[in-house]
Amino acid sequence: MLSELRTMWEVLKHTFTKAETVQYPEEMPYLSPRYRGRIVLTRDPDGEERCVACNLCAAVCPVDCIALQKDTREDGTWYPEFFRINFSRCIMCGMCEEACPTYAIQLTPDFEMCEYDRQNMVYEKEHLLINGVGKYPDYNFYRVSGMKTATKDKGEALNEARPIDTKSLLS
Amino acid sequence: MPMIYVDGQEIVVKQGENILEACLNAGLDLPYFCWHPAMGSIGSCRQCALVQYQNEEDTRGRIVMGCMTQVSEGARFSLKAENATQFRKAVVESLMLNHPHDCPVCAEGGECHLQDMTVMVGHRDRRYTGKKNTYRNQYLGPLIEHEMNRCIACYRCERYYRDYAGGKDLGAQASHDHLYFGRHEEGVLESEFSGNLVEVCPTGVFTDKPFLKQYSRKWDLQSAPSICQGCAVGCNIAPGERYGKVKRVHNRYNDEVNGYFLCDRGRFGSGYLNSDLRLDYAGIKNPDGSFFAVHQQQALDTAVEWMAGKKVAAIGSPRASLEANYLLRELVGSKNFAPGFSDQEADLIGSIVNILQTTKSINPSIKQIETADAVLILGEDVTNTAPRVALALRQSVRNKAFELAEQMGLPPWQDAAIRNLAQDQRSPMTVVSAMDTRLDDVASTCVSLAPDDIAAFGHAVAAALAGETTDNTEADAAAQMLKAAKNPLIVSGSSMAHQGIINSAAAVADALNQATTMLSFCVPECNSLGLALMVADGSSSSLKALAKRAAKLDALIVLENDLYRRGDKELIDQLLASGTKVITLDMYENDTLDQSDLVMAAASYAESQGTLVSSEGRAQRFYPVHSPAAERLPSWQWLLRLAKITGHKKLAKLENFDQIVVACAKSSPLFAGLVDVAPLNNFRDRGSKIPRQTHRYSGRTAMNSDVSVHEPQQPKDHESPLSYSMEGLNRDQPASLIPFVWAPGWNSNQSLQKFQSEVDGPLKGGSSGVRLISSSQTGAEISPQVGKIILKPHQWHLVPMEQIHGSDELSSHTDEIAELAGRGFVAIGRKVAEKLAVTEGDGLLVKQGEIECSLEVRILSRVAKNCIGYSAGYSETQGLTAGSLVGLEVDKAWRRSGPEMIASDKAAFEQVIGGGGASNV
Repeated sequence: MLSELRTMWEVLKHTFTKAETVQYPEEMPYLSPRYRGRIVLTRDPDGEERCVACNLCAAVCPVDCIALQKDTREDGTWYPEFFRINFSRCIMCGMCEEACPTYAIQLTPDFEMCEYDRQNMVYEKEHLLINGVGKYPDYNFYRVSGMKTATKDKGEALNEARPIDTKSLLS
Repeated sequence: MPMIYVDGQEIVVKQGENILEACLNAGLDLPYFCWHPAMGSIGSCRQCALVQYQNEEDTRGRIVMGCMTQVSEGARFSLKAENATQFRKAVVESLMLNHPHDCPVCAEGGECHLQDMTVMVGHRDRRYTGKKNTYRNQYLGPLIEHEMNRCIACYRCERYYRDYAGGKDLGAQASHDHLYFGRHEEGVLESEFSGNLVEVCPTGVFTDKPFLKQYSRKWDLQSAPSICQGCAVGCNIAPGERYGKVKRVHNRYNDEVNGYFLCDRGRFGSGYLNSDLRLDYAGIKNPDGSFFAVHQQQALDTAVEWMAGKKVAAIGSPRASLEANYLLRELVGSKNFAPGFSDQEADLIGSIVNILQTTKSINPSIKQIETADAVLILGEDVTNTAPRVALALRQSVRNKAFELAEQMGLPPWQDAAIRNLAQDQRSPMTVVSAMDTRLDDVASTCVSLAPDDIAAFGHAVAAALAGETTDNTEADAAAQMLKAAKNPLIVSGSSMAHQGIINSAAAVADALNQATTMLSFCVPECNSLGLALMVADGSSSSLKALAKRAAKLDALIVLENDLYRRGDKELIDQLLASGTKVITLDMYENDTLDQSDLVMAAASYAESQGTLVSSEGRAQRFYPVHSPAAERLPSWQWLLRLAKITGHKKLAKLENFDQIVVACAKSSPLFAGLVDVAPLNNFRDRGSKIPRQTHRYSGRTAMNSDVSVHEPQQPKDHESPLSYSMEGLNRDQPASLIPFVWAPGWNSNQSLQKFQSEVDGPLKGGSSGVRLISSSQTGAEISPQVGKIILKPHQWHLVPMEQIHGSDELSSHTDEIAELAGRGFVAIGRKVAEKLAVTEGDGLLVKQGEIECSLEVRILSRVAKNCIGYSAGYSETQGLTAGSLVGLEVDKAWRRSGPEMIASDKAAFEQVIGGGGASNV
């Protein structure tokens, strides 16, 4: 008996509290930049695709909704020939962003991506790639990594010494 | 067996092994880099450190290297001691000082031994703030990619390439922390076994270049246990597939066959599977010669219409499975079935089968070949005809070193010490051949003789062994060599297309009359021996006999066989073009296919299952890696459906693959062992099938979503105990069912040790394959007669030279292999070259009757008198017959191929064209 009365009291008490309901979509809620919404692929500060097709995002994805294929540019650097996210499966967990060694894949605060046709939830690279650096303005993987690229010779990466001349007697 | 203590735990170990092996055998995870089960220990990487205590009271102990410390009764060790773990962590930290931070763009990533060991020792944060050493990479040919920055200086590559595989052009340069592993200048790696560097290197210095072009991570590959189709050795392989393409081939361990290593044809020669020449659909020929695609059923109906109640003959294939050949033979009856060998080949392989069934000697496995302490090779360039056997022969000459080591009390894994002790002392090997072979460098004696004389030499050796006196001192010496040996081995084969050589090898083996004598034959194709066993009863027909009857035949079925490679053009034209309806089952476009009226698109070995019999007589099963693309069907399924529609009495009752195997096993007492080759399709490991995919196979809900977001069901495999799935266990199953190796903490191929019953021993599930041939021990019946060809002036004896790259029908359709194969060539001696005034790269016309071939000149260092060699199996040399007498003439219209570039020129050339590497040129 006492328990029922107490329950009714607790419920009725809420009649006088301020409503939490937001008048979405007229009134937009605040979402922090770290919010986990629609996934994008970003570019490095030089405007090149950041993704190197290492496949770590696909491997870590708990619903296996990322598929990609590595290809090679003329200078030997890697990039994805195709990069596909099936958003109808994506659970916005953000593990792909955590796994990404090049800051290429990032989650954005945009969650408004409803479709009438599920097929439209399949995003290819051209849908995912943005013209910007996202949350990490300065990072460029190839400046740090030892791989030779079109613009960077061996020994020119961060913290690298000039290539060793193995035929020199002085080395 | 001694007992040792590791962290207080009692472990029974094998006498003489080292503590690293003992720990791995006990299932303990002790990190290592430079040690390799096939190459022993050198203690260079300092990674397998652990603490050894003097006795029970000793609490301090001292750090020792696991791979260099022999076990002894009651010895006490600790893996977990603080100083040991700190030491191992510090070693990895120092190895990582110069590591280039490029795992995301490294093809080794995800199956990297360095990654595994780094995680295992717990190293995480970089403390060193100095600069990293860097190196320039080299172009090493179309097969191997080089990235020296990733090197940890374990020396495995050099020890494998030089010491194990006998290569000369890769080694260590410079010193201290400037160590460099590469060639003296850029260029194609010369060894036929260079591909194993990919698996031997614990990090990403040497990676698989063709795989890199279409790269997927190890965890994304769908793999299946398979058998190499490159030659008759029957190496076990594990091809990996993704997005419908076979992306790479990795070694699959079989202790009795290939062990840890493959040849380059086996590893890189499967590129043809993704070639444009592959057929996707069945087709019926239009009157204008083109084909129009039809559905499977329509193709079958057409075939049945052509076959029902008519005279039908069939031609099998030594590159098709035993089951497909069996079905075809039953379908048309033995008398109407030709095995699809050329008539010459049929005789040669038939006699090899006959000899293997009667010889007094052992038909050795590769593991047994490695134990030989005296080798006589008659006529065969083994490196080009049975490459993996040649690698084993290279190990066999080291038995002298192991013998010396045993006298000194050195354990066999003390690699550096044993090499130091033996220096250049090797077990004897005599190579008798018409010209250079790739084993000449380890041979104690090389004899250059024309094919007929090789046979005579063999018989002279046999005579000397029987106690007769011969006037041939070299043959006497060879006989002495074999007599003095504990495990003598005679190797010969069919590549010289010479019956006398095969007979003489058998004569030598039987003359030795010793229980440990080994006799090994090289045969050309992956199922040559299986097919020869099938037709051993002599009831089958031959190509020539069928061609005679061709006009009377209504239909001819050709199974996976390009007949134009089997006989002269005239004969095959007669066979195919005489109003007979020709039905061809094959997987790629070729000349025979063009002459057919109906084509059925056959699945490749990576899409079907079957049994092959290796040159050792070992029947082994291969399984599909992925389900057939488009409207392809495995040949055995095409034939079984055909049999069902035609209502064949015996075959219509068969429902699945296992029943075909049973029927095939019953068809001949020789095949009785077939039922035990691999588990039946109802085999389950703890309730489920064996998964072809790793447990971390990615992208399942996105791979096909570009086509439809509604995910298709995984394909079902009703015929084998494997599934196209990641569900199930890949552990402790029978050895023939291991699709890939992986163990927790061991992502690289080094996880193999978790599947072995002991280090370097058989797999936990046993050795796979069943040997079908057992000898009656009565001694082979052979005729010792050797013919002697009399040459006219300006006539040359034409000797076939099989090439590892280029001679094989299928692998030569792989771009990289075709690049290595080069142009068809004629090989001559120095003196002949001087006489004709030609140099290497010039052109010569080889005239054999009416056939004239324009071929590039190669100059050899040793050639038998009046002999010239030609690249067998090349399109340029099609029509040339082994053993024929030919004329030679300088080709005036010849244009040399572009000058070979030296490394410095190539760099300049690349700068001009702006390419990244020669692969882009």
